[in-house]
Amino acid sequence: MTITRKDVENVAALARLGLSEAEKERMVSQLGIILENMAILQEVDVSEVPASASVLPMHNVVSPDQPRPSDAPQTLLANAPAAEENYLRVPAVLEEGN
Amino acid sequence: MPALWELTIHEAAELLRRREISSVELTRAHLERITQVEHAVRAFLTLTPELALSQAEAADKKLAAGEAASPLLGIPLAIKDVICTQGVRTTCGSHILENFVPPYDATVMQRLNAAGVVMLGKTNMDEFAMGSSTENSAYYPTRNPWDLERVPGGSSGGSAAAVAAGEALGSLGSDTGGSIRQPGALCNLTAVKTSYGRVSRYGLVAFASSLDQIGPFTRDARDAAILLQAIAGADPLDSTAVNVPVPDYSAALTGDLSGIRVGVPAEYWVEGTEPGVVKSVRAAIETLRDLGAEVGEVSLPHTRYGVASYYIIAPAEASANLARYDGIKYGFAVRDGVEDLWDAYARTRQAGFGPEVKRRIMIGTYALSSGYYDAYYLRAEKMRTLIKQDFDRAFERFDVLVSPTSPTVAFKIGEKTENPYQMYLSDVFTIPANLAGICGLSMPGPFSDGLPVGVQLLGNAFKEDVILRVADAYQRATNYHLQRPALNIQSAA
Repeated sequence: MTITRKDVENVAALARLGLSEAEKERMVSQLGIILENMAILQEVDVSEVPASASVLPMHNVVSPDQPRPSDAPQTLLANAPAAEENYLRVPAVLEEGN
Repeated sequence: MPALWELTIHEAAELLRRREISSVELTRAHLERITQVEHAVRAFLTLTPELALSQAEAADKKLAAGEAASPLLGIPLAIKDVICTQGVRTTCGSHILENFVPPYDATVMQRLNAAGVVMLGKTNMDEFAMGSSTENSAYYPTRNPWDLERVPGGSSGGSAAAVAAGEALGSLGSDTGGSIRQPGALCNLTAVKTSYGRVSRYGLVAFASSLDQIGPFTRDARDAAILLQAIAGADPLDSTAVNVPVPDYSAALTGDLSGIRVGVPAEYWVEGTEPGVVKSVRAAIETLRDLGAEVGEVSLPHTRYGVASYYIIAPAEASANLARYDGIKYGFAVRDGVEDLWDAYARTRQAGFGPEVKRRIMIGTYALSSGYYDAYYLRAEKMRTLIKQDFDRAFERFDVLVSPTSPTVAFKIGEKTENPYQMYLSDVFTIPANLAGICGLSMPGPFSDGLPVGVQLLGNAFKEDVILRVADAYQRATNYHLQRPALNIQSAA
């Protein structure tokens, strides 16, 4: 399985991860090496094996429907890069003219 | 009498209880020790001396009142910087959380604070716990107190180095693929990876949610029992911290190994393991036999698929968990000159994450992407089932499995940074326990050329009492865990 530069660009776009040209070059070679080492998993016939997303027998846990105190907006906004009144300030979401 | 910073937690607790020392004295001794050695070791990202002294004063008041106290009352500890501490910045070793001050305490911190501990500071780590050497910290690498040219292991390298260097009596770390046990091995500590579901992860910054667990670093098994007791148990704020009764871990330390069946996994003696490590662990197994344990060989046939499975599952989960770092709600953000929201995300993440985190986000996103999901992610999840079944069969016949913790002793800083996959192989013996959700610990064995070697004990899920019992019995008969690094700062400067 070889990784192309186009693969790297596609995956980076899916991950919303900006990469410099040099980073893209490195990813092509390093991801290639890493995925080569993953090929070992193809050795085993797993067609009859169930997948385990978790080792615990998980059940839904439901909290009692009781009001509890929660943090004040100011507390939660204290870490925000930009806030205005009780809102997070974000860059433009819609393109101009929309 | 040893210096106050050389004590174990249980020794210090006894002196505090008898009022022979105060928590303020104990805390001051640690702050002075930190002043002496921290510039060379660099175990901490944030020090909290004022908080520590105020907590120590509060502990002394409680001790003076003679309240029936936790053995952790007034004990100075260090906390990995992946665990949220209210009002104390929590960076995860990343630039993207450089200024993040959590508005709440993790459940483990609430429990430690209720017990009356003293927090000395937050410890260095590989960024988002991704790494085996602490060289992936966005700030600086931590150095191994046994040899300052070598790594302390990782990702909880700061937590391990702090205890080994006498900068804290114990610490907390997190273990996703070996991040407690491997640095514990490289720094000569008793280091416990708890069973999946044993300890609440509320307030633990998530890396790989099906694998992450919090656990203690200490100087012996008795201290590990004390720290684990304080943090274990169900939590309404974490549905994965399950309601399984928590045994009395200290009471489990009987010193008796009769009837204990020790399995030696045939697949854990792979090529590439250093001869000094093999020799040490073989000797430890003989000691366990001499102490009355029954020793036999066992096979875990899918061991060789552990690393590859892990390095699909963990990055896949990480790519989802780390999607939250977008520069909107908290953390570092690039806003100047961005075109729109999408551009702000991409540029924030490009500037905020380091190379290893980017690699893992890429691997994980790739493994989950359309067309590759079945070939990578689903196949790895099936392999996890086979690895779990290997352990289920092994624990039908054995109580404890013994192996090396790490294939090597502490390696030189910079030695493995060029080849990411070579670094991943550091976790070959520790990863299967995370995939299977079982518990494990690393304890000090015979040294190899003056460097610590970790002996790994694996136990079935929720059998921390059994592995702690075996470690304690071993430590009653040996003195490897009592060795302390010379830490000759002058010659290292």
